[in-house]
Amino acid sequence: MTGPIRPYGDTTGDGMVQVSFTLPIRHSARAEGAATRLAGSMGIDPALVVHARPLGPGHTFFVVYGRCNHLVDPADVEVVERDFPLLTPKEANSAIKATLQRRLVVVGACIGTDAHTVGIDAILNIKGFAGEKGLEYYREIDVHNLGAQVSVPALVDAAVTHHADAVLVSQVVTQRDAHLLNTREMSAAFREAFAVDQRPLLVVGGPRFDPTMAGALGVDRIFGRGTTPGEVASFLVHRVGDPAA
Amino acid sequence: MSTPMSTPMSTPMSTPMSKLQLDPATVAQARDLAARAGRPIVDLARSHTTVSVERAALRLAGLSGADPDGTPWVNRLADAVRADLPEALAGGLAVPVWDALVRGEAEDLTTLAQKAAAGSVRFRHPTGGDRARAITAARDQIERGLHAIERQRTERERLLQVHGGPPRTPWIYLIVATGDIYEDIPQAQQAAREGADVIAVIRSTGQSLLDFVPEGATREGFAGTYATAENFRLMRAALDETSAELGRYVRLTNYASGLCMPEIAVLAGQQRLDMMLNDSMYGILFRDINPVRTFVDQRFSRQVHARAGIIINTGEDNYLTTADAVDAAHTVTTSQLLNEYFAKEAGLEDWQLGLGHAFEIDPDLPDSFRLELAHALLARELFPDAPLKWMPPTRHMTGDVFRGHLLDGFFNLAGALTGQGILLVGMMTEAVVTPWLSDRDLALQNVRYVLDAAGALGEDFHPAPEGFIAERARTVLAESIDLLHRIAGDGLLDAIADGTFGLMRRPADGGRGLDGVTPRGDDYVNPAIDALERGPDGPMEAS
Repeated sequence: MTGPIRPYGDTTGDGMVQVSFTLPIRHSARAEGAATRLAGSMGIDPALVVHARPLGPGHTFFVVYGRCNHLVDPADVEVVERDFPLLTPKEANSAIKATLQRRLVVVGACIGTDAHTVGIDAILNIKGFAGEKGLEYYREIDVHNLGAQVSVPALVDAAVTHHADAVLVSQVVTQRDAHLLNTREMSAAFREAFAVDQRPLLVVGGPRFDPTMAGALGVDRIFGRGTTPGEVASFLVHRVGDPAA
Repeated sequence: MSTPMSTPMSTPMSTPMSKLQLDPATVAQARDLAARAGRPIVDLARSHTTVSVERAALRLAGLSGADPDGTPWVNRLADAVRADLPEALAGGLAVPVWDALVRGEAEDLTTLAQKAAAGSVRFRHPTGGDRARAITAARDQIERGLHAIERQRTERERLLQVHGGPPRTPWIYLIVATGDIYEDIPQAQQAAREGADVIAVIRSTGQSLLDFVPEGATREGFAGTYATAENFRLMRAALDETSAELGRYVRLTNYASGLCMPEIAVLAGQQRLDMMLNDSMYGILFRDINPVRTFVDQRFSRQVHARAGIIINTGEDNYLTTADAVDAAHTVTTSQLLNEYFAKEAGLEDWQLGLGHAFEIDPDLPDSFRLELAHALLARELFPDAPLKWMPPTRHMTGDVFRGHLLDGFFNLAGALTGQGILLVGMMTEAVVTPWLSDRDLALQNVRYVLDAAGALGEDFHPAPEGFIAERARTVLAESIDLLHRIAGDGLLDAIADGTFGLMRRPADGGRGLDGVTPRGDDYVNPAIDALERGPDGPMEAS
């Protein structure tokens, strides 16, 4: 470890950064002064407004360069490490071929009264999310998207019928912790219907979930806001391909 | 009907002379094959109906609004008729509905829907004189609805005369997508002031899979705003104000797609939307909607767009977000040819065909820009009178906003050089955030710089006849013809089932909305379809 470091412009230790932002104010000398002062509050001092452009009558866009007076010590940084490798679709497909020697079967649904399939569709539909294609795009993943307002018994039935390796459940819109109740009901039903070593992997996702609660809710993984299809696929490959992992 | 204003793309930027020296016989062969592949699909569309087509006829007749739970009256009425008469869909819903009105069960459609929802009306299959009276009543009311759509078309033409249209091609197309119509409105007005010629309100994710059109002004959506009649009306009224302020008619775009495609097409005509995204295969491929349902719904919606003077935008750009933009270039051309065939069969004219394509080739590939020019020029020359919708890079926008801004500049240059009609403005923050005020400003500066600096460069741009660009264009066309041969032989439905487009496999008996499709019975009547088949000025020529 190198110890604390500063941003690098063209000389070690110069601390130079560049930021751009818009202030809701008409362009004027005062507006540029405000931009400089704001940059100062961000720790950029001296700050140089190199560009200011009016955006309509009430906004101004600024580009600011300056020396950032903060230090950062990478050794002190805490990160949540992903405990599985992120795979490209190609890598995920070959990993499934190599370990399962058949397609990995995924059943997905929105359970309860939630009619918002945006979450499950973002992960499953080929259209995908955040520039990543959904699981339907993966040749070695067999996707059964049951859509919205699926009952827990219907979900269990579908998992049995399709010999699901994994069940993905999305809960987007929820009131009075319905997403937690629904998830507990779902995981209990799967425990009842399957022997321990036969149970499909249970994965839930949605913006209201706390990813640390997987154990408490009886599921294998919780994915929060901003999860991409590639992360889900990588997790499935990791866990289904190697159940001991 | 064809005043200069109804053919606004009368001066395309490309010179009329061919730059690629495409062999006219080859081009004719491609069109012929597209017609051969498309004809069975048209026959399929003409011999089936769907719940959404039937509900669209009720909307044309003026039925609107929803029950206190938000279920539209068209859904309540259609469901009530089908509950009484399980086979009603095959005969068309108009006869039993107007039979009930003629019998005096209710004074108007809304009251009838309310009574039907309460279970106090019984529907029947009338015969003889009763049936004839029901058909006449239905025809009168639905044709009045079509006239209302024609009046909106005339109003658009009048406003184009009063305010004028876009100052130049390509038209600048900008997106708003807040989820809240009351936030969308000021953003759209500001985008128009900044130079947008066309405003598109992105639709909430998932609406395509709803089997009803939500009702009223909406303030919550997911990555977009619901398409509703009231949202359409509010936004069109706001842009009418802005058009007057700017002295330039600003067009409004939404989506006629998903399970309610025909109904949304009707709402668009009624509320004077100007363009609609309406692809022949998008819903099948990317939303897993049943192929038959899609083709039936699509034909009806395109007939409505034809009558309403609406420009359609097709979605070939989407194929390139899932398949490789070089390997799959010929699938874009093939789909454009099919979209053109289906559109013209439905009565749309060349100036209404915003055929889609996109700048999605991996920028790390050598000669990627020359390949883009070849593909864009091929589309331009195959469809010389269509506006063409030119879509910006998305797949290779990585979050490196600086590199993305450069890529957008090359996208704009390709659009200018090849005479594209509608340019969707690319944002350097694609795949990072929904566009900020400053992103939009930078993106428009990019467009303006390129158009001011090189907008007329097409005049000097003549690819060498045996050069890379012309050769690549001929190759793509040849590959497209090979694919069309296969599709014409095997059938388009089988080709879709085999994953020919966008790598998606969609069998004809799968997908969402299949239970709302039925073959038309011998006694099928839908006065909306009859009127649309006849065209605005009497019987259409036999085709």
